[in-house]
Amino acid sequence: MSLDTATIRRIASLARIRLEEEEVGRMQAELNGILGWIEQLQSVDTEGVEPMAGGGAVSLRMREDVVTDGGIPEQVLANAPDREGEYFGVPKVVE
Amino acid sequence: MTYTLEGRTGPWEIVVGLEVHAQVTSNAKLFSGAATEFGAAPNSQVSLVDAGFPGMLPVINRECVAQAVRTGLGLKAQVNLWSRFDRKNYFYADLPQGYQISQYAHPIIGTGAIEIELGDGTVKTIGITRLHLEQDAGKSLHDQHPTKSFIDLNRSGVALMEIVSEPDMRSPEEAGAYLSKLRQILRYLGTCDGNMDEGSMRADVNVSVRKPGEGYRTRCEVKNVNSIRFVMQAVEAEARRQIEVWEEGGTVEQETRLFDTGRGVTRSMRSKEDAHDYRYFPDPDLPPLVIEQSWVDQLKASLPELPDERRARYVAMGLTPYDAHVLTLEKETAAYFETVAKGRDAKVAANWVTGDLFAAINRLKTSIAAPPVPAEHLGQLLDLLADKTLSGTLAKTVFEAMIETGKSPGAIVQERGLRQVTDTGAIDRMVAQVLEANADKVAEYKAGKEKLFGFFVGQVMKAMQGKGNPALVNEAVKRALG
Amino acid sequence: MHPTDFTLRGAIEALNEGLVTSVELTEAHLRAIEALNPRLNAFTTVTAEQALAQAKASDARRKEGIAGPLEGVPLAIKDLFCTAGVRTTAGSRILGNFIPPYESTVTANLLRDGAVFLGKVNLDEFAMGSSNTTSAFGPVENPWSRANDPDTRLVPGGSSGGSAAAVAARLALGATATDTGGSIRQPAAFCGIAGIKPTYGRCSRYGIVAFASSLDQAGPVARTVEDCAILLRSMAGFDPKDSTSAEVPVPDFAAACARGVKGLRIGVPKEYRLDGMPAEIEALWQQGLDWLRAEGAETVEISLPHTKYALPTYYIVAPAEASSNLARYDGVRFGLRVAEKGSDLKDLYERTRAAGFGAEVRRRIMIGTYVLSAGYYDAYYLKAQKVRALIKRDFDEAFGKVDAIVTPATPSAAFGMDEKQDDPVTMYLNDVFTVPANLAGLPGLAVPAGLDAQGLPLGLQVLGRAFDEETVFAVGTAIEKAAGFDALPRLRAGAV
Ligand SMILES: [Mg+2]
Ligand SMILES: [Zn+2]
Repeated sequence: MSLDTATIRRIASLARIRLEEEEVGRMQAELNGILGWIEQLQSVDTEGVEPMAGGGAVSLRMREDVVTDGGIPEQVLANAPDREGEYFGVPKVVE
Repeated sequence: MTYTLEGRTGPWEIVVGLEVHAQVTSNAKLFSGAATEFGAAPNSQVSLVDAGFPGMLPVINRECVAQAVRTGLGLKAQVNLWSRFDRKNYFYADLPQGYQISQYAHPIIGTGAIEIELGDGTVKTIGITRLHLEQDAGKSLHDQHPTKSFIDLNRSGVALMEIVSEPDMRSPEEAGAYLSKLRQILRYLGTCDGNMDEGSMRADVNVSVRKPGEGYRTRCEVKNVNSIRFVMQAVEAEARRQIEVWEEGGTVEQETRLFDTGRGVTRSMRSKEDAHDYRYFPDPDLPPLVIEQSWVDQLKASLPELPDERRARYVAMGLTPYDAHVLTLEKETAAYFETVAKGRDAKVAANWVTGDLFAAINRLKTSIAAPPVPAEHLGQLLDLLADKTLSGTLAKTVFEAMIETGKSPGAIVQERGLRQVTDTGAIDRMVAQVLEANADKVAEYKAGKEKLFGFFVGQVMKAMQGKGNPALVNEAVKRALG
Repeated sequence: MHPTDFTLRGAIEALNEGLVTSVELTEAHLRAIEALNPRLNAFTTVTAEQALAQAKASDARRKEGIAGPLEGVPLAIKDLFCTAGVRTTAGSRILGNFIPPYESTVTANLLRDGAVFLGKVNLDEFAMGSSNTTSAFGPVENPWSRANDPDTRLVPGGSSGGSAAAVAARLALGATATDTGGSIRQPAAFCGIAGIKPTYGRCSRYGIVAFASSLDQAGPVARTVEDCAILLRSMAGFDPKDSTSAEVPVPDFAAACARGVKGLRIGVPKEYRLDGMPAEIEALWQQGLDWLRAEGAETVEISLPHTKYALPTYYIVAPAEASSNLARYDGVRFGLRVAEKGSDLKDLYERTRAAGFGAEVRRRIMIGTYVLSAGYYDAYYLKAQKVRALIKRDFDEAFGKVDAIVTPATPSAAFGMDEKQDDPVTMYLNDVFTVPANLAGLPGLAVPAGLDAQGLPLGLQVLGRAFDEETVFAVGTAIEKAAGFDALPRLRAGAV
């Protein structure tokens, strides 16, 4: 599968990464290079193989329903690039 | 009768399915230890996990899982002992991690069903497709600043159950009945408080229309409708819009819409342009959720009685289906009734609760949660009726006094001497006095004006300050008039 | 003896015997950093004042008779571990001046055991790289250089290039590192030191900036295998704040180092004999196996048939997870924000992320987004998960026959800063020997075993069963002893 420039732009938009016009071609070439190399996986016979999601434990450990956190609005807001009083500020969103 | 909307080209059927987001009743959030209480100061109930800080990790709350299992059991649904959390990826200002942790491929609860009762008395079964656990997003405030939106993350990470129905509803009424019934079940179970004004329950309403006999056409999702009334309005508004599109030769596009409650119409949602590519994949921070059948059994054993079972039991106790329905709508009403009826005549108890008590609640603009008289007192009043200490009329007087004073019926009877008189000698004496004082009327009665009988009874009761036993007074008057 | 010449174990003994104080050790390392860091660029942040205060406090504790296992030992911390009150950048512009109000579990464990933190060390941006050239804070230089070409600056490997360079140049006695596809073992091998990626779940990931959550594992780098064992014992342990943290006891890894290899069966995977692999690497590998046989181990040829698919599998799984993990860097709650006047929210996100992420990170986010996107999930992501299962199955079968596996750590020695950088795929091949252990969640140790013809260090890799780091340490120690590796990098404290 080879990506066209429209797909490159759509993926960049989905990933929220601004792509300047002049970057599209290079990104396309690099991604196609990587995907072409990855393509070799298609030759592996995976019939009946259960997908493996991750390493580690087989089941979740559950914690008790106790309030142990929160009440730290200053810590939550301290690194904000735009702090508006008790809130984070962003450009106005139209739903 | 199938509900239809009339279009230019003939009748149209409506097909409705609901995705209800119900906030799980819990102290702490689904994956963090921050509190869930409503109405706290902005960003004060936020852990760094909820705010998506680098390196912060989710750890699941056992009670939220238990609540989902209880709800699944309450919906007579399949409980999946193996389920898994996936990430739903999208960018939004109030979604701190850039993804919502949800259960996409493997939900904790599978198929179930809910029975709804409709206005014409018919009962219909609505299928439940699934129930899954997921985290809520924060809240954007758009009206605090001319050019900015403000973000409060207090809700971020709060546990939600998303309950998805089959597209089994065919009218606004059915959609409303389904949502009320679901809310009723959740409240009985104690798994969601059902406070729709506080956002504890919101519905995404999937609507499509079709000509009778057709298969499904394209549906639209109306997001986040927050009252039963609005759900019913949104179904109708969206159905009418779609009918118009089809009838004008257009095509309904699958999309996400919002219900404008002010104008009563739906409109397209700009912020959902990526809605078809959420890039779900298993959350690598969370191993599978594996629960034991023995734990499910334990939760099942401790489940409270649900509305359908309770209503059936009330009918078996001799209540009319209508009274049984009314008494079980809210679990608080049922609990009140149970206290009143305990060890007493259930029918009498039901009459008092649905009659005088409901009337008083309406008149005083209060609710069953803050009843005008405690259930114990109303029960005692019924005892005084049963042992004939009070007549029906007297009981109503005592009931009013109970509301005014907050005192027990026993105390009121004692203080005001309201005990009914059953001493036939005393009643006979009073009858004689009344007839003697009204000799002219007695003559008219004997001349054939039999209507006056009630007048004599009334005079006797009045003279006895309402305390005479009505049946005995009747008999005594009849006897005295020969 | 110069205080920067101690091994970590030697420093602990000297501290215990009162031959040196933590303040003296710390000052010596801070002076070495001052002298060499301008050239090596291993540290992104030096916390000299805090380090001296910690050293003073440590000496005081020691006086009172309370000394933790790492009491007074100066360490470097990869700038991927969140450290309370100290800037944490992940090597990225997008974290800007992010100052976390929390401490990662691993660094908290080290502090609990008495360690002193000299500062934060450089890395490939978000740990994505094998050369430490993708850092927003500039590349790190390998303290080693080629004998016949001393002016060509070499990469230290990556992503833990700052950790490995700092320890090799003796700017720290040890360092924390992380390994998602080889980021501990490859730089350790390039810099002539030891490093272990423990079993997935052995060290808590809480407070470590995530790259690919199902692969990321923290571990130590140090100048000896035993030093790694000492550090790992402090770093590891069950953490209820990480749902993937393993509830298993932490053994005395250092004790296991001395076990020897007599009677152990050592697997030699035939698929690791790559076409075009330098002859000296093949020779060193055989040498390593000879040493082990001489110590009483038996070597057994094994087959890991899906190994050749490990890299492409990794380059689906890791970018996919990364694309999601890095979505939180959006300019709203912390870090960089870039917006134009009149930017709407989407434009703010796009400008912030384009300016904040470097080229390699953007590339991987794009790949990850693509392989998860509608219509491609099954062909890429799901397929990769299935191949991952097969890779793990290969190891399960192999470990039915052998106790450990020995392979080369890298397919080459350190390369020049300007070499191999153009084509991403060529760069990715650096991790060909290391990636399978991440996919299978197994422990892997790199140990320096010899020099190539140009005098650059080469390492061997020891892989073990899940949660059997003890055998890995025993095998690694046997190789280390037999190799008697005592070459030193040209750039190092005390030598300049
Ligand atoms: Mg929905
Ligand atoms: Zn949902």
